[in-house]
Amino acid sequence: MCRIGAIKSKNYTHPSKALLLMQSQQKGHDNSGFAMVMQDLGGIFEGYKHLPTLSMACTDEGLNLAENILHEAGFRRVLQWVPETFPSDELDIIAMPNYVFQTFSYPKSCKNASQEEKEELLLDMRLKMRAVLEPEDQGYVYSFWPDVVTLKEIGDPRDIGTFFNLWEPNKNFTAKVITAQCRQNTNYDIVRYAAHPFFLQGYTGLANGENTFYQKNKEMQSNLHRGYIGFESDSQCFLYSLHYVHRQLKWPLKYFKHVITPLPFTELNNRDDAEQLMVIRQSLANLEINGPNTIIGVLPDNTMFTCCDAKKLRPVVVGRTEDTVAIASEVCGINEILPDRDWATDIYPNEREVVVINEELEIARWKQ
Amino acid sequence: METVKINDITPGDLPWKLRYDASRCTLCGSCVAACSFRAIEAKVERRRMIFSEGDLPDPRARFSAVPVIKQVNSLKNYCRGCGICEKVCPNDAISPVRNPDTRHPIVTRCAGGDSIKRGGRKNITGSPRTLDQLRVGRISQMTDPSLDAQRHTFDMLAPFGRTLPAEELPLKLGSDGTLISSGQTPPVSWIYPVIIGDMSIGALSWRMWEGVAMAVAYLNEECGLPVRMCSGEGGVPSRLLKSRYMKYMILQVASGHFGWNRILKAMPDMVEDPAGVLIKIGQGAKPGDGGLLQAQKVAEHIMAIRGVPKTDLLSPPNHQGLYSIEESVQKMFLSFNAAFKFRVPVSIKVAASSTSVSVFNNLVRDPYNIVGGFFLDGIDGGTAAAHEVSLDHTGHPIVSKLRDCYLAAVSQGRQGQIPLWAAGGLGKTGDLAADAFKMMCLGANGVFTGKLILQMAGCIGNDQGRCNACNTGLCPAGITSQIPALAYRLDPERVAENIVNYFLAMDQELKKLMAPIGNSSLPIGRSDALVAMDKAVADRLQVQYVC
Ligand code: SF4
Ligand code: SF4
Repeated sequence: MCRIGAIKSKNYTHPSKALLLMQSQQKGHDNSGFAMVMQDLGGIFEGYKHLPTLSMACTDEGLNLAENILHEAGFRRVLQWVPETFPSDELDIIAMPNYVFQTFSYPKSCKNASQEEKEELLLDMRLKMRAVLEPEDQGYVYSFWPDVVTLKEIGDPRDIGTFFNLWEPNKNFTAKVITAQCRQNTNYDIVRYAAHPFFLQGYTGLANGENTFYQKNKEMQSNLHRGYIGFESDSQCFLYSLHYVHRQLKWPLKYFKHVITPLPFTELNNRDDAEQLMVIRQSLANLEINGPNTIIGVLPDNTMFTCCDAKKLRPVVVGRTEDTVAIASEVCGINEILPDRDWATDIYPNEREVVVINEELEIARWKQ
Repeated sequence: METVKINDITPGDLPWKLRYDASRCTLCGSCVAACSFRAIEAKVERRRMIFSEGDLPDPRARFSAVPVIKQVNSLKNYCRGCGICEKVCPNDAISPVRNPDTRHPIVTRCAGGDSIKRGGRKNITGSPRTLDQLRVGRISQMTDPSLDAQRHTFDMLAPFGRTLPAEELPLKLGSDGTLISSGQTPPVSWIYPVIIGDMSIGALSWRMWEGVAMAVAYLNEECGLPVRMCSGEGGVPSRLLKSRYMKYMILQVASGHFGWNRILKAMPDMVEDPAGVLIKIGQGAKPGDGGLLQAQKVAEHIMAIRGVPKTDLLSPPNHQGLYSIEESVQKMFLSFNAAFKFRVPVSIKVAASSTSVSVFNNLVRDPYNIVGGFFLDGIDGGTAAAHEVSLDHTGHPIVSKLRDCYLAAVSQGRQGQIPLWAAGGLGKTGDLAADAFKMMCLGANGVFTGKLILQMAGCIGNDQGRCNACNTGLCPAGITSQIPALAYRLDPERVAENIVNYFLAMDQELKKLMAPIGNSSLPIGRSDALVAMDKAVADRLQVQYVC
């Protein structure tokens, strides 16, 4: 089983908080891995928010290949952070030789490039690196995007924390948005890419559940965008649908919910916006999801949200204090990191709502 | 002693022989009166009886004339095995028996010099049905709970009409952050995923057609199942055309254009749009062959509805003047779309064939977005009159072809843009829910069915050559006959009741199949939910092989 968690804070937060959030839910997941995406970075990355950071786990050869690709394209390294690791035979972790977090300046040719052009370039670069490293298993390129770092590892989350010394809070490695998950894709082959959160062009997605429309989603998405690849996990489909609806179609976030869990026809037909919702349901029937799911997503502007499947077959809870909002599959996770909050204000979203947390940490509950 | 006339027809040459027990027969005549084929008659046989009356043996012969029921030795009035005589016999004195040594296929051709025609269904059964090799094998347990067919709600509707890709939708962002429409989209209705297939009011008796239409109205208005019925090529009674029930009818146009005069004339008076238009290019039971309504079925009311004299009515195999797919799209679809002011989905029905995918590809790429459904019809179905050689030896099975079309759409990212509707022997084992569900998993948006509807009404024909006399106009069940005495054997209300009940049962069964795979909407394209117990089937359909 998956358990998912997310923290959005006004203060830069160390990943140890995310480990704590997940640790207390450990009975519900199977301790097979740890993965997180950090956005809106503090610490050593704070001064480089507008430049893309590469997050990658690889062999020496893989590192060479990736760096060559970026150099050839004109990217220049401006910052490198190598996490100090503490290997030990006692630890349950299948580590890679190198963990790369490097920030690059854009090529000169991008001087007059629009934001959109830069975003396409960054995606192309990541896809290229991934394609080159993949055949011989020389590494995994998780993200190449401004103000974002990604870490994914196989093993016991506690040991992964120890290996990277993530249990010790420090000010160098922090972020205002952290999404995390503690399980490898144990239903299928263990592939590093299969661990959520997944990231694509500013969008992050993670889910707790089983997408029984995986095959339909995948068959449809494979033709929609060059970035919709891999499909190592059925949960990737949620991210791709989010990216497609919000970024490609430029529809507001609320339509994401209408796409993945459309209203039943009887309800839909009684609404003022029936006409629009109907054509959306028709055209994107293949992006509908089925099965039990809870989804957490982050948009490029760091807005965070959560929503569920149409029958609310998976739990999720949102808790908050003055300066931090946490989302978790189980409330014990939130109790762990926000013990002093007013738990009476916790939100247990229903199957027809989207809970949205904006930059000011205001929580809105949108009814579908 | 008589000379042997080897070419005389005797019951041994015919497909059915009658078992007749004179000792049980009371000569009530019911069977002779009931046999619509005149395949039995009352006859007198000469009997010789030897008897002895005295104390000593004194054998004498006595001759008597005994009335009996006899099978007619005729290639015209031969027994179809319908069993109506058995049904009406109070004493179990008569019943048809299949004759495995029949010479009928040979002697009929030799005697007539003409092709054999019969009511439509394929009678050569070869390998086991593909659909029976498939099972719903992906059961939700543990991580994705199955649903409860009784308790949960299910959204069981299928699209009929052209769907645009999302990026082409005429939507723009309003000032309040919601999407507003900025243009028209092609009409799409969401209907029950089982359409009652196209059987014309000439092929069916008016009472049968009325029964089906009543069932459809009842299913819509009382049961909440938006089932649609396709008129078949042959027009629609004016009263229905001008009624509010029109919205449940898909009007068919085929190459004979029968009945369209009346439809066009009624258009100004229509109070509801029809549910759709279905342009029939071909049909699965006799691909490459047109429609055929033999003169004996062209009764007066059929002449009126179709606007024709009493004669064999043949729809040509081709739409005259139709030169290419592109042209069909432009000419026919545009004109029918325009006829109803682009409010009604216009779809096409073709026979499954080795070439279906290219036809489908052409339509799916049409830039006008006006083809609102691709109805693919395979062998094994059929209710109409056809040549036996077509029924038994032409055509293409539906399952792999439907799958091919779906996968062709998938490879272009166009799945669902033209809804796929499949037919051809579905529900042959009596279980349409299972067949429909499996077809949906393979990519069909829905299915359509005709023959099974006749069986619901009481048709006693089957795929082993029983009856299949729909072309003769002598249907013993009154289903495909225009002769009042026969048509009145059928009670339209009972027909409607049977159809309604079957649909209600099927609806429950569909839910029973959706629940274990954890789906609350139809499993279109969910081939991952199927497993195949035959390797060749698994490979061909791209589903998991299990053993
Ligand atoms: S089985 Fe049917 S066709 Fe044959 S004799 Fe009896 S009623 Fe007539
Ligand atoms: S419809 Fe009538 S004629 Fe045709 S097979 Fe059935 S019972 Fe026989």
